[in-house]
Amino acid sequence: MHARTLYDKLWDSHLVREEGDGTALMYIDRHLVHEVTSPQAYEGLRLAGRTPWRVESIVATADHNTPTTHWDEGIRDPVSRTQVDALDANIRRYGAKAYFPFRDRRQGIVHVIGPENGATLPGMTVVCGDSHTSTHGAFAALAFGIGTSEVEHVLATQCLITKKSKSMLIRADGRLARGVTAKDLVLAVIGRIGTAGGTGHAIEFAGDAVRALSMEGRMTMCNMSIEAGARAGMVAVDQRTIDYLDGRAYSPKGDLWTRAVAYWRTLVSDEGARFDATQLFDAASIKPQVTWGTSPEMVASIDDRVPDPDRERDSERREGMARALEYMGLEPNVPIADIRIDKVFIGSCTNSRIEDLREAASVVRGRRVASNVRLAMVVPGSGLVKAQAEAEGLDRTFRDAGFEWREPGCSMCLAMNDDRLEPGERCASTSNRNFEGRQGAGGRTHLVSPAMAAAAALAGHFVDVRRLS
Amino acid sequence: MQTFTVHKGIVAPLDRANVDTDAIIPKQFLKSIRRSGFGVNLFDAWRYTDHGEPGMEPSTRHPNADFVLNQPRYKGASILLTRRNFGCGSSREHAPWALADYGFRALIAPSYADIFFNNCFKNGLLPIVLSESAVDRLFADVAVFPGFALTIDLPSQTVRTDDGSLSFAFDVDPFRKQCLLNGWDDIGLTLRHANEIRAFEAQHLAGQPWL
Ligand code: SF4
Repeated sequence: MHARTLYDKLWDSHLVREEGDGTALMYIDRHLVHEVTSPQAYEGLRLAGRTPWRVESIVATADHNTPTTHWDEGIRDPVSRTQVDALDANIRRYGAKAYFPFRDRRQGIVHVIGPENGATLPGMTVVCGDSHTSTHGAFAALAFGIGTSEVEHVLATQCLITKKSKSMLIRADGRLARGVTAKDLVLAVIGRIGTAGGTGHAIEFAGDAVRALSMEGRMTMCNMSIEAGARAGMVAVDQRTIDYLDGRAYSPKGDLWTRAVAYWRTLVSDEGARFDATQLFDAASIKPQVTWGTSPEMVASIDDRVPDPDRERDSERREGMARALEYMGLEPNVPIADIRIDKVFIGSCTNSRIEDLREAASVVRGRRVASNVRLAMVVPGSGLVKAQAEAEGLDRTFRDAGFEWREPGCSMCLAMNDDRLEPGERCASTSNRNFEGRQGAGGRTHLVSPAMAAAAALAGHFVDVRRLS
Repeated sequence: MQTFTVHKGIVAPLDRANVDTDAIIPKQFLKSIRRSGFGVNLFDAWRYTDHGEPGMEPSTRHPNADFVLNQPRYKGASILLTRRNFGCGSSREHAPWALADYGFRALIAPSYADIFFNNCFKNGLLPIVLSESAVDRLFADVAVFPGFALTIDLPSQTVRTDDGSLSFAFDVDPFRKQCLLNGWDDIGLTLRHANEIRAFEAQHLAGQPWL
């Protein structure tokens, strides 16, 4: 048989049928459901008199709208509450393999709870009505976001109508320098290939810099592949993948585990497999990254300056840059390290796992948040992450330094709950999108790694985390 | 689903690249559990000078006179002309719902984000890809001629002006085209293959019983 990429293998093993023009019916193993993109899908199902095809495939949680303080008071915003209640009612009516409702010990961001419970496994197709579903590709799963009509389609048929994407190999070789993380690597990738650089492609991240990353780091990279325009991002199985899954709540056990592991080990791109596009990166040359604009591709190294639109030759890009700088309230040529911040957000499905919190805590330990920072908050990705962090005393480290320690959820990543930026406020954020208004109308977001966000909180402005220690 | 065959309409130009779904329909409006009613909040942050929240009465809002959809010459527009990578960001289907609810039937741009592009077809909205130069030309003509309209002919896959001054061919996936022309719903189509899905599933789960 000819050499196949990991993507080819995942594709082939889920193909129910394919039409002559390439339109395919793909079988879906795991369907993650949250409160924002599912109510209309369940409503459609009900109106058509249909029921879910395979209840066992569904894992659900409430995360986008849930508050991060005062859980004892419930959800105060009536509109948010309606949505969460609708999810409760739908799961009660139709069932699920697992449901982690608001205030459950295992509730959390949908892309954090899947892997940590072993509900995301290698070789699966994983979908969710959420673009950052690409996160799960870190486990050699084919994982991607879908719209609400497709959520309904998967509920009703266990399949998706789709076409095969092109494949792209992003290879990062060499070693990341100390203080440089998966987030910096993926921001540097997006900075080079652009937010549309991966459009129409499924990306495989490879190379020894990627191999050296923890599963958390790989999830951070796959999470952001959507910001490069790609439908999916993935990393091949290795020992680290298997070690991570061993003993998780829904991981196979006993005999099945042995069989599963044997299969999972085949989930790598074959020697000599062909990719439609390849991009090479030298990991050692990457520095901590900070976005300066309103798109993740508008990114610079910490020792750079805010770019000058006047030096951009392409008129469309020039206008985009000028508009972004105006929105961000930045002057050209200012050193990135001189940008002062008002708030710090450590959280989101990109960077709210235990390792992210450990990284940030190690920077913060024994220091204080700068006086010009109005709010520095840490929002763990799930109840399990929160409990683990508390067992390690990380909550104390953060609190002692002046951070707020919150309940899990999406929080200020998209500001659907009460956590948001006020107009003009500037935030160092570990999330994934710096679009206009993403974290609150008029708010200004700079995307960074957890370590860089922690460092910025202490300094009151961006600073090379490597100078702090 | 509403069918799409030949559509003639006024063209509104949105001269920005990378318009994301947060801009198309800001997140505070995602809290609705219905599919309709998003049109009044389409491009909310650009369209109004006051901050919009769900449930606000549209007549009490303050429109931003500079925003293209508020300009009288683009009133009733049903074709949106825009720049590359339209619809990037969140996968929310509320974005095509808002565009369709506002009255748009087709979009013209050099490229779209993947998920958004898919979502459009499922809502009777036709996202047309034309070359950068064709899009440039259309932007120029829209600026010069008030009331500039285009006819979109899906069966023959062309976009043209009535006076014949401009005509561009476009590609569309044959399956998506059939669905739009006939107003077919995907779920019904897929369920015709229910037996095949069942057979696949049985084999798949037998091979990987841990799933
Ligand atoms: S944390 Fe942010 S990006 Fe992730 S699922 Fe929640 S809202 Fe989406």
